[in-house]
Amino acid sequence: MIPLLRHIFRTGILTEPVSFAEDGPQREIDRLHDEILQILGRALTIREVDAGSCNACELEVHALNNPYYNLEGRGIKFVASPRHADMLLVTGPVTKNMENALRIAYDCTPDPKLVVAVGDCGCNGGVFGESYASCGAIGNVVGVDVRIPGCPPTPLALMQGILAAVRISK
Amino acid sequence: MIFHAEPIEFVRQPGLGAAVWRGRAADGEDLLRFAISVHRHEGRLAALWGSDERLRHGAYRLHCVFALDEGWLWLTLDLAASGDECPVYPDLSGIFPTANRMQRATRDLVGIASDGTDQRPWLRHGGWPADWYPLRHDAVHESGMGAGFPNAPSDYEFVKVGGEGAHEIPVGPIHAGIIEPGHFRFSVVGERVLRLEQRLGYQHKGVEKLFIGADIAHGAKLVGRVSGDSTCAYAWAYADAVEAACQVEAPPRALAVRALLLERERVANHLGDLGALGNDAAFAFGLTQFFRLKEDWVRRNATLFGHRFMMDCIVPGGVIVDPDAAALAAIVEQCSAIEGAVKELREIYDEHAGLQDRFATTGTIDSKLARELSLSGVAARATGILLDGRAHRQGYTPPPPYAELGVRPVTDERGDVAARVAVRFDEIAESLRLLRMLAVGMAAGETRVEIAPAAGGSGLGVIEGWRGEVLVGVQFDNDGRLARVHPHDPSWQAWPALEHAVMNDIVPDFPLINKSFNLSYSGVDL
Repeated sequence: MIPLLRHIFRTGILTEPVSFAEDGPQREIDRLHDEILQILGRALTIREVDAGSCNACELEVHALNNPYYNLEGRGIKFVASPRHADMLLVTGPVTKNMENALRIAYDCTPDPKLVVAVGDCGCNGGVFGESYASCGAIGNVVGVDVRIPGCPPTPLALMQGILAAVRISK
Repeated sequence: MIFHAEPIEFVRQPGLGAAVWRGRAADGEDLLRFAISVHRHEGRLAALWGSDERLRHGAYRLHCVFALDEGWLWLTLDLAASGDECPVYPDLSGIFPTANRMQRATRDLVGIASDGTDQRPWLRHGGWPADWYPLRHDAVHESGMGAGFPNAPSDYEFVKVGGEGAHEIPVGPIHAGIIEPGHFRFSVVGERVLRLEQRLGYQHKGVEKLFIGADIAHGAKLVGRVSGDSTCAYAWAYADAVEAACQVEAPPRALAVRALLLERERVANHLGDLGALGNDAAFAFGLTQFFRLKEDWVRRNATLFGHRFMMDCIVPGGVIVDPDAAALAAIVEQCSAIEGAVKELREIYDEHAGLQDRFATTGTIDSKLARELSLSGVAARATGILLDGRAHRQGYTPPPPYAELGVRPVTDERGDVAARVAVRFDEIAESLRLLRMLAVGMAAGETRVEIAPAAGGSGLGVIEGWRGEVLVGVQFDNDGRLARVHPHDPSWQAWPALEHAVMNDIVPDFPLINKSFNLSYSGVDL
């Protein structure tokens, strides 16, 4: 137990400020959090749906919970059911085989039912496009509020996109 | 060259990549006999796919890659085309059970079928008609690639488990965590798992169709997105295959840089897995610490190579990144930092009673089963099988630059979650050692040579990715465009092993066991 506690102590707090290009110089992640809280009046809950990605986008969504970005530590939480979610964070392209499941998840999500399309494939189909097996962009299957391009988008881009979606819902 | 005194003549594929021999079976009997012989000599079925060669050879073609101690044997069998019917070849799943899903996928995509009893669709869930085969050259539809078919999800016949108290738990395709989609059907009594049956294919996005007619560069972009967590492994396997087909050799510095990228990919994924495994045993400390290290690691990738996962860095002919002395020094420096941190965390993991209680004897498979299922990679080595494409073994010399590096393969004989954890720890240490050797002794010279497509050429690349053996088969058409590319993920062989690993464990242990394999969905759904 002592080595464990020592390790925690030595690691310290790594969570760092996040810069937002469109807003000029450095802004604290706390401000992002405050803004989200102001808008929603509570924590933001997100249901991530992989509708056909190559799994690189998932790696970056995972990274949001590492101590540098510490999304969950700020009250933005990934939940297991769309029924508990304010937002669907969807990676794509939407495969034909996932089209039905994505629609069901969307129908189960209560208002404000924000939808964020993640990655080039989620935004416009990416390298996979539309085909016999792929419906292409998330927007071809469910309504999308914000698109976060990138292959895959960086964790920072993901955070900016999530904030943009929350602003829209205002 | 012949193997096991079977009457099939094999020819060694040119190039610097893994040792691959190519041969043709005269008929189905020939193939079957050869498969039995491979099995008898403890060989593996490494991959199986089909191609439509009617335009060039007037037939369909079945491709099987068998793995022996010496290397890989790429055996093809031509199947006469007769009208619209599905040509049939002998079922290999009786010899290699792992063939089952590959055969069913091949039927869904190419329309050639095994004569086995299990003919349930695998990748086709109802998104296109049963008699329309996307990888046939005449498979077009009014909206181009067949986007216009109605999407009618079909039922799937799961194997039923009967008896008093037995019931089913369906999970997925959307899972509770942030992971790829797939369906798991558990048959349980109380919380004990009697049987798990997977239904995958939800990630099927038609990757193989997109390769057809593409040029070399676009193919590289696609292959790097078959399974994002293994982008370097796929890109290298594809590059090896294209280079073998075009008879081009990548320069020594390019090979060293490729190995540098591949080992960095291995370390990144192992760090992430070790964190997630701690988390799945309710040890959040592990997740936080390992994800911190992983973030440091991938940020360095972004600084040095322009991409956090090093996508599109490896291309046929070489690499597009060329680390300078400062970059190599930064890599060496980071290896030391990570090594110290991982060592400390390993002690904490090893001494944590609660964690070890969850890891030990959970999700066990033995080496006999691993061989039976043609398993490769971390999961195979964690049953004590000494199998690593980067390392020397009796009769096998790894391709450059690994031959000179003297890779020490890691094994653990326990076969449980604890073993898969231990193998990852040891492999991180080994990869850090290799990275330092590569960075310090980096060959000088060019990093890329010109490559021109070889009309009608073909090649196979095999790379030991972080998860296991990644194969990419490439064929060019007569105009020098890609006629067929088949990427093969080691998860094909490992998913059935997971079905065995959970038997007799309890449902709450499934996430932990699943994570200890950490298999790709996208890589097998294609």
